[in-house]
Amino acid sequence: MLKLPIYLDNNATTPLDPRVLEAMLPYFTEHFGNAASRNHAFGWQAEEAVDYAREQIAQLINCDPKEIIFTSGATESDNLAIKGVYEMYAQKGNHIITATTEHKAVLDTCKHLEKLGARVTYLPVNAEGLIDLAELEAAMTPQTILVSIMYANNEIGVIQPIREISAIAKKYGALFFTDGTQSVGKIPVDVIADGIDLMSFSGHKMYGPKGIGALYVRRKNPRVKVTAQMDGGGHERGMRSGTLNVPGIVGLGKACELARLDMDADTQRIAAMRDRLERELLTLEESYVNGSREHRLPHTTNISFKYVEGEGLMMGVKDLAVSSGSACTSASLEPSYVLKALGLSDDLAHSSLRFGLSRFTTDEQIDYAIGHVKEAVTKLREMSPLWEMFKEGIDLNSIEWAEH
Amino acid sequence: MAYSDKVIDHYSNPRNVGTLDKSKKNVGTGLVGAPECGDVMRLQIEVDETTNIITDAKFKTFGCGSAIASSSLATEWLKGKSVDEALAIDNMEIVEELALPPVKIHCSVLAEDAIKAAINDFRVKNGLPELEAAKSHH
Repeated sequence: MLKLPIYLDNNATTPLDPRVLEAMLPYFTEHFGNAASRNHAFGWQAEEAVDYAREQIAQLINCDPKEIIFTSGATESDNLAIKGVYEMYAQKGNHIITATTEHKAVLDTCKHLEKLGARVTYLPVNAEGLIDLAELEAAMTPQTILVSIMYANNEIGVIQPIREISAIAKKYGALFFTDGTQSVGKIPVDVIADGIDLMSFSGHKMYGPKGIGALYVRRKNPRVKVTAQMDGGGHERGMRSGTLNVPGIVGLGKACELARLDMDADTQRIAAMRDRLERELLTLEESYVNGSREHRLPHTTNISFKYVEGEGLMMGVKDLAVSSGSACTSASLEPSYVLKALGLSDDLAHSSLRFGLSRFTTDEQIDYAIGHVKEAVTKLREMSPLWEMFKEGIDLNSIEWAEH
Repeated sequence: MAYSDKVIDHYSNPRNVGTLDKSKKNVGTGLVGAPECGDVMRLQIEVDETTNIITDAKFKTFGCGSAIASSSLATEWLKGKSVDEALAIDNMEIVEELALPPVKIHCSVLAEDAIKAAINDFRVKNGLPELEAAKSHH
């Protein structure tokens, strides 16, 4: 029996893999030691587990285990990277370059720094959701200390040209930070080959636990330093104080190991399901995929259905846990700033659904999702005066709308 | 958002979805809202010209669950009412009947405006003076 609702919001969070849970459990009870306790076996055991997790993580992203700083998650890592670099390199300059489609954890951190004197360039994206490398290069100045561009976008899954971006940053002597939250564990990420200086990522986006994340900080060529954002016991090479979340770290380590071992098989299976879902939903007239379909995560698709309204659509697909392009928390719906940045009109941005598949998604669930969405869109369109006008060939722009 | 059972019922089983022939003299059509605002409501009434009773009402709505429910409920209420009785429908009655949350009161206002616009259209078609502009909610 198919269990409803069906979870297709894995870009928001993933379920914990049972293999990860199994690895974590002893560290809550039996091996509960503080990894900073140097004087007894409990501490040593915890430290050993943490070191092992560092190795598992390092193997996934091709770094040195010492380059991993544990945090509470990607938001903290984003803050530590951007604020930490800004404070550490203030003497060199105050300019940061980022993009309009970044996660709020990056955008709001940049806005915060602007109040403290930072100059921030927010690069636009094209209709595919990609930044323009020439625009990036044109924005570089001798004062540029940091380029912060996400690896893959959470809403549309679009993957930025990371190697080209890092090469430009390097050419101008700036550091390159990437928010790797959606990409690490899903697609091959290699901090050396990709030229990444700092990278944030999080456990719960890759079948690991919530409340644990990491920041990769390069130690060589160049040696990168960040100013700590928390004062305390000087844990994590002084960059992030606080007692280590040992079970969480063990879970993140295990999740990374599983991601490395299962990635190829997972990707193949998930991408096939995603492509089928997308192909079927695109048989609905006037439906569009948002963002590049070529440079994209294998498990994500974001589709707009014209002439249906976002919140009405969300109500119509009640058996699916998906995310909508509008934040319908108020009377005036706010369309997604990411979709707006691609140049989508408000109505098209409102009427979009984001599907995020996972390792645990089944063909049966996809079959159900296809039927459910098709039914909801068809029903809402039959009820939509805009759809009727469209079918009659009336130009909706020719109508004088009584705005409310 | 937690909706009342009545909103969910009207959303799932909308009453009187459809289109009346707007070229007919005894049909009034009201189209209110705007696509960018996320709501467009079209309400139509068919009036018996001898009795001035609304014999049929249809709607089509592009909008959220509350907007669909408000217009569906409005068509139910319109049928069988005289045009004058229909004019007296107040948006707050819709709010109460559907237990709309405060942020969705706008949807009931839209429905009231759509009723007034449909009646106006009917009046103009039949040589009656236009009603004074429906109260402004903007």
